[in-house]
Amino acid sequence: MRDFLRKVFLADLFEGLWVTLRAQHPKNIVTEQYPAARPKVAERYRGAPRLNINPENGETLCIACDLCALACPENLIVVGWERNPETKRKELTTFTYDTSRCMFCGLCEDACPVDALELTQDFELASYSREGQIFDRQMLEEGIHPTPYKH
Amino acid sequence: MPETFLDSTELVLNMGPQHPSTHGVLRVILKLDGEKVMGTECVIGYLHRGVEKIGENRTYAMFNPYVDRMDYVAAVSNGLGYCLAVEQLLKVEAPPRAQVVRVILTELNRIASHLLWLGTHALDVGALTPLFYCMREREDVMNIYEKYCGARLTTHAFRIGGLIYETYQGFEQECLEFCDKLLPRIDEYEELLTANRIWQKRLVNVGVLTAEECKDYGVTGPMLRAAGVKWDLRKAQPYSGYETYDFDLPTRTNADSFDRYIVRLEEMRQSVRIIRQGVGRLEVGPVMAKVPKVIKPPIGEAYVSIEAPKGELGYYIVSDGSTQPYRVRVRPPSFVNLQSLDKMCRGGLVADVVAIIGTIDIVLGEVDR
Repeated sequence: MRDFLRKVFLADLFEGLWVTLRAQHPKNIVTEQYPAARPKVAERYRGAPRLNINPENGETLCIACDLCALACPENLIVVGWERNPETKRKELTTFTYDTSRCMFCGLCEDACPVDALELTQDFELASYSREGQIFDRQMLEEGIHPTPYKH
Repeated sequence: MPETFLDSTELVLNMGPQHPSTHGVLRVILKLDGEKVMGTECVIGYLHRGVEKIGENRTYAMFNPYVDRMDYVAAVSNGLGYCLAVEQLLKVEAPPRAQVVRVILTELNRIASHLLWLGTHALDVGALTPLFYCMREREDVMNIYEKYCGARLTTHAFRIGGLIYETYQGFEQECLEFCDKLLPRIDEYEELLTANRIWQKRLVNVGVLTAEECKDYGVTGPMLRAAGVKWDLRKAQPYSGYETYDFDLPTRTNADSFDRYIVRLEEMRQSVRIIRQGVGRLEVGPVMAKVPKVIKPPIGEAYVSIEAPKGELGYYIVSDGSTQPYRVRVRPPSFVNLQSLDKMCRGGLVADVVAIIGTIDIVLGEVDR
Protein backbone atom coordinates (compact mmCIF):
# COMPACT_ATOMS: atom_id res chain seq x y z
CA MET A 1 0.00 0.00 0.00
CA ARG A 2 2.77 2.37 1.00
CA ASP A 3 4.67 1.52 -2.16
CA PHE A 4 1.56 2.11 -4.21
CA LEU A 5 0.98 5.56 -2.67
CA ARG A 6 4.63 6.45 -3.14
CA LYS A 7 4.30 5.52 -6.77
CA VAL A 8 1.09 7.47 -7.30
CA PHE A 9 2.37 10.63 -5.65
CA LEU A 10 5.75 10.40 -7.42
CA ALA A 11 7.56 10.31 -4.08
CA ASP A 12 10.79 8.99 -5.58
CA LEU A 13 10.98 11.85 -8.07
CA PHE A 14 10.21 14.53 -5.49
CA GLU A 15 12.83 13.17 -3.11
CA GLY A 16 15.42 13.54 -5.83
CA LEU A 17 14.13 16.98 -6.74
CA TRP A 18 14.49 18.05 -3.13
CA VAL A 19 18.20 17.22 -3.29
CA THR A 20 18.53 19.40 -6.37
CA LEU A 21 16.66 22.26 -4.71
CA ARG A 22 18.83 22.05 -1.61
CA ALA A 23 21.91 22.55 -3.76
CA GLN A 24 20.54 25.87 -4.99
CA HIS A 25 21.25 27.51 -1.66
CA PRO A 26 23.93 30.21 -2.10
CA LYS A 27 26.24 28.64 0.47
CA ASN A 28 26.26 25.41 -1.55
CA ILE A 29 27.57 27.04 -4.71
CA VAL A 30 31.12 25.93 -5.36
CA THR A 31 31.82 27.22 -8.87
CA GLU A 32 35.07 29.11 -9.31
CA GLN A 33 34.85 32.26 -11.41
CA TYR A 34 38.12 31.43 -13.06
CA PRO A 35 39.53 34.32 -15.08
CA ALA A 36 37.97 36.87 -12.74
CA ALA A 37 39.07 35.09 -9.58
CA ARG A 38 42.40 33.31 -9.91
CA PRO A 39 42.76 30.04 -8.06
CA LYS A 40 45.63 29.69 -5.68
CA VAL A 41 47.36 26.49 -6.64
CA ALA A 42 49.23 24.34 -4.16
CA GLU A 43 52.79 25.04 -3.15
CA ARG A 44 54.05 21.83 -4.77
CA TYR A 45 52.21 22.48 -8.02
CA ARG A 46 54.15 21.42 -11.09
CA GLY A 47 53.60 24.17 -13.63
CA ALA A 48 55.81 26.32 -15.82
CA PRO A 49 59.53 25.61 -15.43
CA ARG A 50 61.87 28.21 -14.01
CA LEU A 51 65.64 28.43 -13.79
CA ASN A 52 66.47 29.94 -10.44
CA ILE A 53 69.06 32.65 -10.08
CA ASN A 54 71.07 33.53 -7.04
CA PRO A 55 69.29 36.55 -5.51
CA GLU A 56 72.53 37.99 -4.16
CA ASN A 57 74.56 38.34 -7.34
CA GLY A 58 72.04 37.58 -10.06
CA GLU A 59 74.02 34.64 -11.41
CA THR A 60 72.38 31.41 -12.39
CA LEU A 61 72.35 28.58 -9.89
CA CYS A 62 72.64 26.05 -12.70
CA ILE A 63 75.98 24.23 -12.81
CA ALA A 64 75.33 22.78 -16.29
CA CYS A 65 75.65 19.21 -15.01
CA ASP A 66 73.12 17.97 -17.62
CA LEU A 67 71.39 15.69 -15.11
CA CYS A 68 67.94 17.15 -15.84
CA ALA A 69 68.39 16.47 -19.56
CA LEU A 70 69.37 12.89 -18.76
CA ALA A 71 66.43 12.38 -16.41
CA CYS A 72 63.84 13.74 -18.81
CA PRO A 73 61.73 10.95 -20.36
CA GLU A 74 60.90 13.11 -23.37
CA ASN A 75 64.41 14.47 -23.97
CA LEU A 76 63.15 18.02 -24.18
CA ILE A 77 65.86 19.80 -22.19
CA VAL A 78 69.00 20.95 -23.98
CA VAL A 79 71.77 22.38 -21.83
CA GLY A 80 74.47 24.40 -23.57
CA TRP A 81 77.70 25.06 -21.70
CA GLU A 82 81.33 25.94 -22.21
CA ARG A 83 84.32 25.55 -19.98
CA ASN A 84 85.71 28.72 -18.48
CA PRO A 85 89.45 28.60 -19.18
CA GLU A 86 90.31 30.53 -16.01
CA THR A 87 88.27 28.72 -13.37
CA LYS A 88 88.18 25.42 -15.32
CA ARG A 89 84.48 25.13 -14.49
CA LYS A 90 81.50 24.53 -16.71
CA GLU A 91 79.42 27.62 -17.31
CA LEU A 92 75.89 27.66 -18.61
CA THR A 93 75.42 29.37 -21.96
CA THR A 94 72.00 28.31 -23.25
CA PHE A 95 69.13 26.34 -21.80
CA THR A 96 66.08 25.30 -23.80
CA TYR A 97 63.03 23.66 -22.35
CA ASP A 98 60.29 22.55 -24.76
CA THR A 99 57.05 22.79 -22.78
CA SER A 100 54.99 21.61 -25.77
CA ARG A 101 56.33 18.11 -25.17
CA CYS A 102 56.57 18.36 -21.40
CA MET A 103 54.25 16.22 -19.27
CA PHE A 104 55.22 17.93 -16.03
CA CYS A 105 56.26 14.73 -14.33
CA GLY A 106 58.81 16.52 -12.16
CA LEU A 107 61.70 14.14 -12.83
CA CYS A 108 63.97 17.00 -13.93
CA GLU A 109 63.43 18.93 -10.74
CA ASP A 110 64.06 15.76 -8.72
CA ALA A 111 67.32 15.25 -10.58
CA CYS A 112 68.65 18.78 -10.08
CA PRO A 113 71.38 18.69 -7.41
CA VAL A 114 71.40 22.45 -6.76
CA ASP A 115 67.66 23.24 -6.95
CA ALA A 116 68.20 25.43 -9.99
CA LEU A 117 65.45 23.96 -12.17
CA GLU A 118 62.06 24.15 -10.60
CA LEU A 119 58.47 23.64 -11.72
CA THR A 120 56.56 26.62 -10.44
CA GLN A 121 52.98 27.53 -9.67
CA ASP A 122 52.43 29.36 -12.95
CA PHE A 123 49.85 27.37 -14.86
CA GLU A 124 48.84 29.59 -17.77
CA LEU A 125 51.09 28.24 -20.47
CA ALA A 126 49.11 28.97 -23.61
CA SER A 127 50.82 30.72 -26.48
CA TYR A 128 49.95 31.66 -30.03
CA SER A 129 52.66 29.61 -31.72
CA ARG A 130 54.57 26.41 -31.29
CA GLU A 131 57.77 28.38 -31.00
CA GLY A 132 56.27 30.23 -28.05
CA GLN A 133 56.13 26.92 -26.20
CA ILE A 134 59.87 26.50 -26.33
CA PHE A 135 61.35 28.30 -23.36
CA ASP A 136 64.85 29.70 -23.74
CA ARG A 137 67.16 30.65 -20.92
CA GLN A 138 65.87 34.19 -20.65
CA MET A 139 62.24 33.08 -20.41
CA LEU A 140 63.13 30.42 -17.88
CA GLU A 141 64.91 32.89 -15.65
CA GLU A 142 62.34 35.66 -15.86
CA GLY A 143 59.28 33.43 -15.68
CA ILE A 144 56.13 33.69 -17.76
CA HIS A 145 53.91 36.72 -17.59
CA PRO A 146 50.36 35.79 -18.51
CA THR A 147 48.08 38.62 -19.53
CA PRO A 148 45.93 39.53 -16.53
CA TYR A 149 42.24 39.29 -17.28
CA LYS A 150 40.32 42.57 -17.21
CA HIS A 151 36.83 42.18 -15.93
CA MET B 1 22.06 -14.80 -32.98
CA PRO B 2 18.59 -14.17 -31.59
CA GLU B 3 15.69 -14.66 -33.96
CA THR B 4 14.50 -11.66 -35.90
CA PHE B 5 11.17 -10.46 -34.67
CA LEU B 6 10.54 -8.04 -37.46
CA ASP B 7 10.55 -9.35 -40.96
CA SER B 8 13.27 -6.98 -42.02
CA THR B 9 16.83 -6.96 -43.18
CA GLU B 10 19.62 -6.39 -40.73
CA LEU B 11 20.63 -2.77 -40.33
CA VAL B 12 24.25 -2.02 -39.60
CA LEU B 13 24.74 1.19 -37.67
CA ASN B 14 27.98 2.81 -36.73
CA MET B 15 28.23 4.29 -33.24
CA GLY B 16 31.25 6.38 -32.44
CA PRO B 17 34.21 6.90 -32.31
CA GLN B 18 33.14 10.47 -31.64
CA HIS B 19 30.07 9.77 -29.61
CA PRO B 20 29.61 11.33 -26.20
CA SER B 21 28.29 8.18 -24.58
CA THR B 22 31.19 5.95 -25.58
CA HIS B 23 33.43 7.54 -22.92
CA GLY B 24 36.18 8.39 -25.32
CA VAL B 25 36.95 7.04 -28.74
CA LEU B 26 35.27 3.67 -28.81
CA ARG B 27 33.62 2.66 -32.04
CA VAL B 28 30.82 0.12 -31.87
CA ILE B 29 29.28 -1.40 -34.97
CA LEU B 30 25.71 -2.28 -34.12
CA LYS B 31 23.76 -4.87 -36.05
CA LEU B 32 20.15 -3.94 -35.57
CA ASP B 33 16.79 -5.44 -36.24
CA GLY B 34 14.50 -2.52 -35.74
CA GLU B 35 15.39 -1.26 -32.29
CA LYS B 36 16.72 -4.62 -31.19
CA VAL B 37 20.46 -5.26 -31.07
CA MET B 38 21.41 -8.49 -32.84
CA GLY B 39 25.12 -8.13 -32.33
CA THR B 40 27.85 -5.63 -31.70
CA GLU B 41 31.44 -5.33 -32.71
CA CYS B 42 33.95 -3.14 -30.93
CA VAL B 43 36.59 -1.29 -32.88
CA ILE B 44 39.33 -0.03 -30.64
CA GLY B 45 42.72 1.51 -31.15
CA TYR B 46 41.84 5.15 -31.72
CA LEU B 47 43.79 6.19 -28.64
CA HIS B 48 46.70 3.81 -29.13
CA ARG B 49 49.95 5.49 -28.11
CA GLY B 50 52.17 2.46 -27.82
CA VAL B 51 52.80 2.84 -24.12
CA GLU B 52 54.17 -0.69 -23.80
CA LYS B 53 56.68 -0.01 -26.56
CA ILE B 54 57.63 3.33 -25.00
CA GLY B 55 58.43 1.37 -21.85
CA GLU B 56 61.08 -0.60 -23.71
CA ASN B 57 62.89 2.61 -24.62
CA ARG B 58 62.84 4.30 -21.23
CA THR B 59 64.60 3.54 -18.00
CA TYR B 60 62.51 2.18 -15.14
CA ALA B 61 62.20 5.54 -13.40
CA MET B 62 61.44 7.37 -16.64
CA PHE B 63 58.57 5.07 -17.54
CA ASN B 64 56.79 5.82 -14.28
CA PRO B 65 54.92 8.95 -15.46
CA TYR B 66 53.67 7.17 -18.59
CA VAL B 67 51.66 4.60 -16.67
CA ASP B 68 49.56 7.42 -15.22
CA ARG B 69 48.38 8.17 -18.73
CA MET B 70 46.76 4.81 -19.33
CA ASP B 71 43.89 4.90 -16.89
CA TYR B 72 43.97 8.62 -16.35
CA VAL B 73 41.04 8.73 -13.93
CA ALA B 74 42.87 6.28 -11.67
CA ALA B 75 46.44 7.36 -12.26
CA VAL B 76 47.57 6.64 -8.73
CA SER B 77 46.47 3.01 -8.92
CA ASN B 78 48.43 2.59 -12.13
CA GLY B 79 51.50 4.09 -10.53
CA LEU B 80 51.16 1.76 -7.56
CA GLY B 81 50.92 -1.32 -9.77
CA TYR B 82 54.00 -0.35 -11.77
CA CYS B 83 56.05 0.57 -8.70
CA LEU B 84 55.13 -2.69 -6.97
CA ALA B 85 56.17 -4.68 -10.03
CA VAL B 86 59.57 -3.00 -10.27
CA GLU B 87 60.02 -3.30 -6.51
CA GLN B 88 59.39 -7.02 -6.81
CA LEU B 89 62.05 -7.22 -9.52
CA LEU B 90 64.48 -5.31 -7.32
CA LYS B 91 63.43 -7.28 -4.22
CA VAL B 92 62.90 -4.16 -2.16
CA GLU B 93 59.87 -3.17 -0.17
CA ALA B 94 58.58 0.30 0.56
CA PRO B 95 58.88 1.39 4.21
CA PRO B 96 55.75 1.05 6.39
CA ARG B 97 54.91 4.74 6.32
CA ALA B 98 55.14 4.85 2.55
CA GLN B 99 52.85 1.85 2.30
CA VAL B 100 50.21 3.50 4.46
CA VAL B 101 50.34 6.71 2.41
CA ARG B 102 50.09 4.62 -0.75
CA VAL B 103 47.00 2.86 0.54
CA ILE B 104 45.35 6.17 1.50
CA LEU B 105 46.07 7.72 -1.88
CA THR B 106 44.93 4.70 -3.89
CA GLU B 107 41.72 4.47 -1.94
CA LEU B 108 41.11 8.18 -2.53
CA ASN B 109 41.71 7.38 -6.17
CA ARG B 110 39.16 4.59 -6.07
CA ILE B 111 36.62 7.05 -4.73
CA ALA B 112 37.52 9.62 -7.40
CA SER B 113 37.26 7.02 -10.15
CA HIS B 114 33.91 5.72 -8.94
CA LEU B 115 32.60 9.28 -8.58
CA LEU B 116 33.53 10.06 -12.16
CA TRP B 117 31.97 6.79 -13.24
CA LEU B 118 28.76 7.54 -11.38
CA GLY B 119 28.51 11.03 -12.82
CA THR B 120 29.10 10.04 -16.43
CA HIS B 121 27.03 6.89 -16.20
CA ALA B 122 24.09 8.84 -14.81
CA LEU B 123 24.60 11.36 -17.59
CA ASP B 124 24.43 8.59 -20.20
CA VAL B 125 21.27 7.21 -18.72
CA GLY B 126 19.66 10.63 -18.58
CA ALA B 127 20.21 12.04 -15.10
CA LEU B 128 22.17 15.24 -15.57
CA THR B 129 22.42 16.43 -11.97
CA PRO B 130 24.63 13.75 -10.35
CA LEU B 131 27.49 14.66 -12.69
CA PHE B 132 27.87 18.06 -11.08
CA TYR B 133 27.67 16.69 -7.57
CA CYS B 134 30.16 13.93 -8.29
CA MET B 135 32.57 16.39 -9.86
CA ARG B 136 32.26 18.60 -6.79
CA GLU B 137 33.34 15.78 -4.48
CA ARG B 138 36.02 14.63 -6.89
CA GLU B 139 37.47 18.11 -6.77
CA ASP B 140 38.32 17.58 -3.09
CA VAL B 141 40.32 14.47 -3.96
CA MET B 142 42.06 16.36 -6.74
CA ASN B 143 42.95 19.12 -4.30
CA ILE B 144 44.51 16.60 -1.92
CA TYR B 145 46.58 15.25 -4.82
CA GLU B 146 47.58 18.71 -5.90
CA LYS B 147 48.80 19.56 -2.44
CA TYR B 148 50.51 16.22 -2.02
CA CYS B 149 52.38 15.83 -5.28
CA GLY B 150 51.71 18.92 -7.37
CA ALA B 151 49.49 17.48 -10.08
CA ARG B 152 45.82 16.76 -10.15
CA LEU B 153 45.18 14.07 -12.73
CA THR B 154 48.40 12.50 -13.97
CA THR B 155 49.95 12.57 -10.57
CA HIS B 156 53.23 10.64 -10.71
CA ALA B 157 52.81 10.37 -6.96
CA PHE B 158 54.85 7.23 -6.23
CA ARG B 159 58.42 6.39 -7.01
CA ILE B 160 60.09 3.01 -7.18
CA GLY B 161 60.94 2.13 -3.59
CA GLY B 162 58.47 4.36 -1.83
CA LEU B 163 57.52 8.00 -2.11
CA ILE B 164 59.47 11.08 -3.00
CA TYR B 165 57.16 13.55 -1.30
CA GLU B 166 56.53 13.64 2.42
CA THR B 167 52.90 14.31 3.28
CA TYR B 168 52.10 17.98 3.60
CA GLN B 169 50.98 19.83 6.70
CA GLY B 170 47.36 18.95 7.38
CA PHE B 171 47.20 15.91 5.09
CA GLU B 172 45.59 13.66 7.68
CA GLN B 173 43.13 16.37 8.63
CA GLU B 174 42.04 16.91 5.04
CA CYS B 175 41.64 13.20 4.35
CA LEU B 176 39.42 12.79 7.41
CA GLU B 177 37.39 15.87 6.57
CA PHE B 178 36.86 14.54 3.06
CA CYS B 179 35.69 11.19 4.47
CA ASP B 180 33.24 12.90 6.81
CA LYS B 181 31.93 14.99 3.95
CA LEU B 182 31.65 12.16 1.45
CA LEU B 183 29.45 9.74 3.38
CA PRO B 184 26.37 12.01 3.56
CA ARG B 185 26.99 12.92 -0.07
CA ILE B 186 26.84 9.27 -1.12
CA ASP B 187 23.49 9.06 0.66
CA GLU B 188 22.47 12.09 -1.35
CA TYR B 189 23.30 10.32 -4.61
CA GLU B 190 21.26 7.39 -3.46
CA GLU B 191 18.38 9.72 -2.71
CA LEU B 192 18.65 11.08 -6.22
CA LEU B 193 19.01 7.82 -8.06
CA THR B 194 18.37 4.54 -6.27
CA ALA B 195 14.62 4.82 -5.82
CA ASN B 196 14.09 6.83 -8.99
CA ARG B 197 11.78 4.90 -11.29
CA ILE B 198 13.49 6.02 -14.49
CA TRP B 199 16.88 5.01 -13.14
CA GLN B 200 15.50 1.60 -12.20
CA LYS B 201 13.73 1.11 -15.52
CA ARG B 202 16.93 1.88 -17.36
CA LEU B 203 19.22 -0.32 -15.29
CA VAL B 204 17.42 -3.23 -13.66
CA ASN B 205 17.94 -6.42 -15.70
CA VAL B 206 19.97 -4.54 -18.29
CA GLY B 207 23.34 -5.94 -19.21
CA VAL B 208 23.17 -9.12 -17.18
CA LEU B 209 26.45 -11.03 -17.02
CA THR B 210 26.29 -14.01 -14.69
CA ALA B 211 29.17 -15.14 -12.51
CA GLU B 212 29.96 -18.02 -14.86
CA GLU B 213 30.06 -15.71 -17.88
CA CYS B 214 32.17 -13.21 -15.96
CA LYS B 215 34.73 -15.93 -15.30
CA ASP B 216 34.65 -17.01 -18.95
CA TYR B 217 35.40 -13.50 -20.12
CA GLY B 218 37.93 -12.80 -17.39
CA VAL B 219 35.86 -9.91 -16.12
CA THR B 220 37.04 -8.56 -12.78
CA GLY B 221 36.27 -5.75 -10.41
CA PRO B 222 32.84 -4.42 -9.47
CA MET B 223 31.22 -6.26 -12.39
CA LEU B 224 32.34 -9.60 -10.98
CA ARG B 225 31.31 -8.66 -7.46
CA ALA B 226 27.89 -7.58 -8.68
CA ALA B 227 27.49 -11.14 -9.97
CA GLY B 228 27.97 -12.46 -6.46
CA VAL B 229 31.61 -13.56 -6.57
CA LYS B 230 33.59 -12.39 -3.56
CA TRP B 231 36.80 -11.73 -5.42
CA ASP B 232 38.99 -8.77 -4.72
CA LEU B 233 42.76 -8.83 -5.02
CA ARG B 234 43.04 -6.70 -1.90
CA LYS B 235 41.69 -9.73 -0.02
CA ALA B 236 42.81 -12.55 -2.31
CA GLN B 237 46.46 -11.53 -2.80
CA PRO B 238 47.03 -8.64 -0.40
CA TYR B 239 49.66 -6.08 -1.31
CA SER B 240 50.85 -2.92 0.45
CA GLY B 241 49.54 -4.25 3.74
CA TYR B 242 45.89 -4.53 2.74
CA GLU B 243 45.56 -7.71 4.80
CA THR B 244 45.78 -5.61 7.98
CA TYR B 245 42.87 -3.33 7.08
CA ASP B 246 39.34 -4.12 8.07
CA PHE B 247 36.88 -3.75 5.21
CA ASP B 248 34.08 -5.71 3.57
CA LEU B 249 33.56 -6.75 -0.01
CA PRO B 250 30.14 -5.65 -1.16
CA THR B 251 28.50 -8.22 -3.43
CA ARG B 252 25.12 -8.48 -5.11
CA THR B 253 23.49 -11.34 -6.92
CA ASN B 254 21.44 -9.98 -9.83
CA ALA B 255 24.52 -9.18 -11.96
CA ASP B 256 22.78 -6.35 -13.80
CA SER B 257 23.69 -2.70 -14.26
CA PHE B 258 21.74 -1.65 -11.19
CA ASP B 259 23.68 -4.04 -8.97
CA ARG B 260 26.96 -2.71 -10.30
CA TYR B 261 25.83 0.76 -9.33
CA ILE B 262 25.01 -0.40 -5.80
CA VAL B 263 28.32 -2.28 -5.52
CA ARG B 264 30.33 0.75 -6.58
CA LEU B 265 28.56 3.05 -4.15
CA GLU B 266 29.19 0.56 -1.35
CA GLU B 267 32.83 0.29 -2.38
CA MET B 268 33.21 4.02 -1.90
CA ARG B 269 31.94 3.62 1.66
CA GLN B 270 34.42 0.80 2.25
CA SER B 271 37.23 2.97 0.85
CA VAL B 272 36.30 5.63 3.39
CA ARG B 273 36.72 3.00 6.11
CA ILE B 274 40.17 2.08 4.79
CA ILE B 275 41.25 5.72 4.59
CA ARG B 276 40.19 6.33 8.17
CA GLN B 277 42.16 3.31 9.38
CA GLY B 278 45.14 4.36 7.28
CA VAL B 279 45.21 7.89 8.67
CA GLY B 280 45.24 6.45 12.17
CA ARG B 281 48.30 4.38 11.29
CA LEU B 282 50.53 7.12 9.93
CA GLU B 283 53.71 6.98 11.96
CA VAL B 284 56.90 8.92 11.69
CA GLY B 285 59.43 7.11 9.58
CA PRO B 286 61.27 7.05 6.28
CA VAL B 287 59.23 7.04 3.08
CA MET B 288 61.89 5.77 0.68
CA ALA B 289 63.59 2.41 0.73
CA LYS B 290 67.23 1.98 -0.25
CA VAL B 291 67.08 1.95 -4.01
CA PRO B 292 70.17 2.44 -6.19
CA LYS B 293 70.26 5.68 -8.18
CA VAL B 294 70.43 3.80 -11.45
CA ILE B 295 67.81 1.11 -11.29
CA LYS B 296 69.18 -2.08 -12.80
CA PRO B 297 67.09 -5.05 -11.74
CA PRO B 298 68.60 -8.54 -12.04
CA ILE B 299 67.56 -10.70 -14.99
CA GLY B 300 64.11 -12.02 -14.33
CA GLU B 301 60.45 -11.28 -14.61
CA ALA B 302 57.70 -10.11 -12.31
CA TYR B 303 53.94 -10.01 -12.52
CA VAL B 304 52.13 -7.92 -9.97
CA SER B 305 48.41 -7.35 -10.09
CA ILE B 306 46.47 -4.96 -7.93
CA GLU B 307 42.82 -4.17 -7.51
CA ALA B 308 42.37 -0.98 -9.50
CA PRO B 309 38.97 0.74 -9.32
CA LYS B 310 37.96 -1.02 -12.54
CA GLY B 311 39.28 -4.51 -11.77
CA GLU B 312 42.50 -6.45 -11.87
CA LEU B 313 45.35 -4.30 -13.12
CA GLY B 314 48.49 -6.30 -13.77
CA TYR B 315 52.01 -5.31 -14.73
CA TYR B 316 54.27 -7.95 -16.24
CA ILE B 317 57.84 -6.76 -16.55
CA VAL B 318 60.72 -8.72 -18.02
CA SER B 319 64.18 -7.52 -17.14
CA ASP B 320 67.30 -8.36 -19.13
CA GLY B 321 69.58 -6.85 -16.52
CA SER B 322 69.92 -3.49 -18.22
CA THR B 323 68.56 -0.12 -17.18
CA GLN B 324 65.56 -0.47 -19.46
CA PRO B 325 62.84 -3.09 -19.25
CA TYR B 326 62.97 -5.77 -21.94
CA ARG B 327 59.21 -5.91 -22.07
CA VAL B 328 56.40 -4.25 -20.18
CA ARG B 329 53.01 -5.81 -20.55
CA VAL B 330 49.94 -4.31 -18.96
CA ARG B 331 46.87 -6.30 -18.16
CA PRO B 332 44.27 -3.55 -18.12
CA PRO B 333 40.90 -4.17 -16.52
CA SER B 334 39.00 -1.98 -18.99
CA PHE B 335 40.23 -3.87 -22.04
CA VAL B 336 39.24 -7.25 -20.66
CA ASN B 337 35.91 -6.07 -19.29
CA LEU B 338 35.01 -4.43 -22.59
CA GLN B 339 35.08 -7.81 -24.36
CA SER B 340 31.86 -8.75 -22.59
CA LEU B 341 30.00 -5.87 -24.28
CA ASP B 342 28.69 -8.01 -27.13
CA LYS B 343 27.40 -10.68 -24.78
CA MET B 344 25.53 -8.14 -22.66
CA CYS B 345 24.09 -6.12 -25.54
CA ARG B 346 22.57 -8.95 -27.57
CA GLY B 347 18.83 -8.97 -27.46
CA GLY B 348 18.64 -5.57 -25.81
CA LEU B 349 17.68 -2.21 -27.22
CA VAL B 350 19.92 0.49 -28.68
CA ALA B 351 19.41 2.69 -25.64
CA ASP B 352 20.62 -0.17 -23.45
CA VAL B 353 23.92 -0.25 -25.33
CA VAL B 354 24.69 3.21 -23.98
CA ALA B 355 23.80 2.15 -20.45
CA ILE B 356 25.90 -1.01 -20.76
CA ILE B 357 28.98 0.82 -22.05
CA GLY B 358 28.61 3.09 -19.05
CA THR B 359 28.22 0.26 -16.60
CA ILE B 360 31.43 -1.48 -17.69
CA ASP B 361 33.36 1.64 -16.62
CA ILE B 362 35.92 1.80 -19.39
CA VAL B 363 38.63 4.35 -19.97
CA LEU B 364 39.77 4.27 -23.56
CA GLY B 365 43.26 5.37 -22.64
CA GLU B 366 43.59 2.06 -20.88
CA VAL B 367 41.81 -0.05 -23.48
CA ASP B 368 44.08 1.13 -26.30
CA ARG B 369 47.20 2.01 -24.26
